[in-house]
Amino acid sequence: MATTTKNKALVSAIIFGALSIGLYALLFVKEELVNSTFGKGGIYALLPIATAFLFSFIHGNFTGSFWSALGIEAAKSKGCK
Amino acid sequence: MHDAVAVATQFIGLSLGKVMYLFAMGFVGGLVSGFIGSGGAFVLTPGMMSIGVPGLMAVATNMCHKFPKALVGALKRAKYGQVDVKLGIVLGVSAEAGVLYGASVQEGIKKAYGDAGSNLYVSTAFVLVLAIVGGFVMRDAIKSYRAGTTNDEEKLTKIARWVQSVNIPYTMVYFKALNARISVLFTIPLGFATGILAATIAVGGFVGVPSMMYVLGAPGLMASATELVIAFVMGVGGSLKYAMHGMVDIRLALIILAGSLFGIQLGAIGTTYVRPYMIKMVMGVIMVTVLFSRLLMLPNTSFAIMIFALGLGAFIVLKAMWQGRCEERLRERAAELAVE
Repeated sequence: MATTTKNKALVSAIIFGALSIGLYALLFVKEELVNSTFGKGGIYALLPIATAFLFSFIHGNFTGSFWSALGIEAAKSKGCK
Repeated sequence: MHDAVAVATQFIGLSLGKVMYLFAMGFVGGLVSGFIGSGGAFVLTPGMMSIGVPGLMAVATNMCHKFPKALVGALKRAKYGQVDVKLGIVLGVSAEAGVLYGASVQEGIKKAYGDAGSNLYVSTAFVLVLAIVGGFVMRDAIKSYRAGTTNDEEKLTKIARWVQSVNIPYTMVYFKALNARISVLFTIPLGFATGILAATIAVGGFVGVPSMMYVLGAPGLMASATELVIAFVMGVGGSLKYAMHGMVDIRLALIILAGSLFGIQLGAIGTTYVRPYMIKMVMGVIMVTVLFSRLLMLPNTSFAIMIFALGLGAFIVLKAMWQGRCEERLRERAAELAVE
């Protein structure tokens, strides 16, 4: 059971990890364009906000799956609290 | 638009060293935030400034990394049943108003008294809040530890009992974290104060979490988790405001976010292994240590103490988590042996 959960987490970590790396690579490859567009202000303010949401979804799923794949999960029992 | 053009020229160049530095700070800040609901910002803003990011841009960029981080942390802790979304939104909206008011107070002081007056105002707020609130939180955690009541349910303070007993018609709202109906006339000033503090010393949670625990009567775990909702609500509004002036360096925000999302997941997991008093202990230790950094008033030493405070907080979180995991494994093994 635990192994199945770990395997699922590993697959998820690989998929979201690859997507996350892709997004970060894109960010730095297009660094100048990003700086000039995102720094314009006004209506362009929506760009950094939307980007932050996108990264939080992709990278957030990756980091969550990463710890799960390593077996670091929440406590099963509440006895230690 | 002129502002935006001027700011765009202030984007710093990024080396591998700077990226690693921001990633590491993000990780430690995220770890602590995932656990106590706030923290990290007091190191991240000066940390960015130390590599050449202009002050205002550092504040804006920090805020832009904070809201997605808080969102991920809040979602994670909601899975553990620790988040009161309604309380978080109610406090978050009033905190947003507090941020705007706090920022205008800052600007007013700067205009009237210059940088020296502004620094004095920030330092005084820092010292007073950290000494009074931090001292109280620390004292409470030590008291629980010494009395051996760390496993007990947290008791309501006298103020919280009174707040929960007051009935003001048409203003009463039920909050899951408190398991009680209280008047929003109490939550509005608390949220507002959290926002003012967030705009002044960058860490609203240093007032938000203790006020939820001691004034409203929320358990430490729920208060720290709900603070993440407040940080998200405040962060989205604040980031949008700064981004409209082109102040956000999204590259830096996303590098810090890369580290902090690893940290916040781990910090959130950590809360399921520890006794509730640990939230207060970590928060108290960080606040009291940071207090020394401000009292010394030496730029480099102060920053070093702030990093030490955050590192110490992260160390306590990881140690408590490790111990909790060991205890759980022992219990599991004992249960297996009992079955055999």
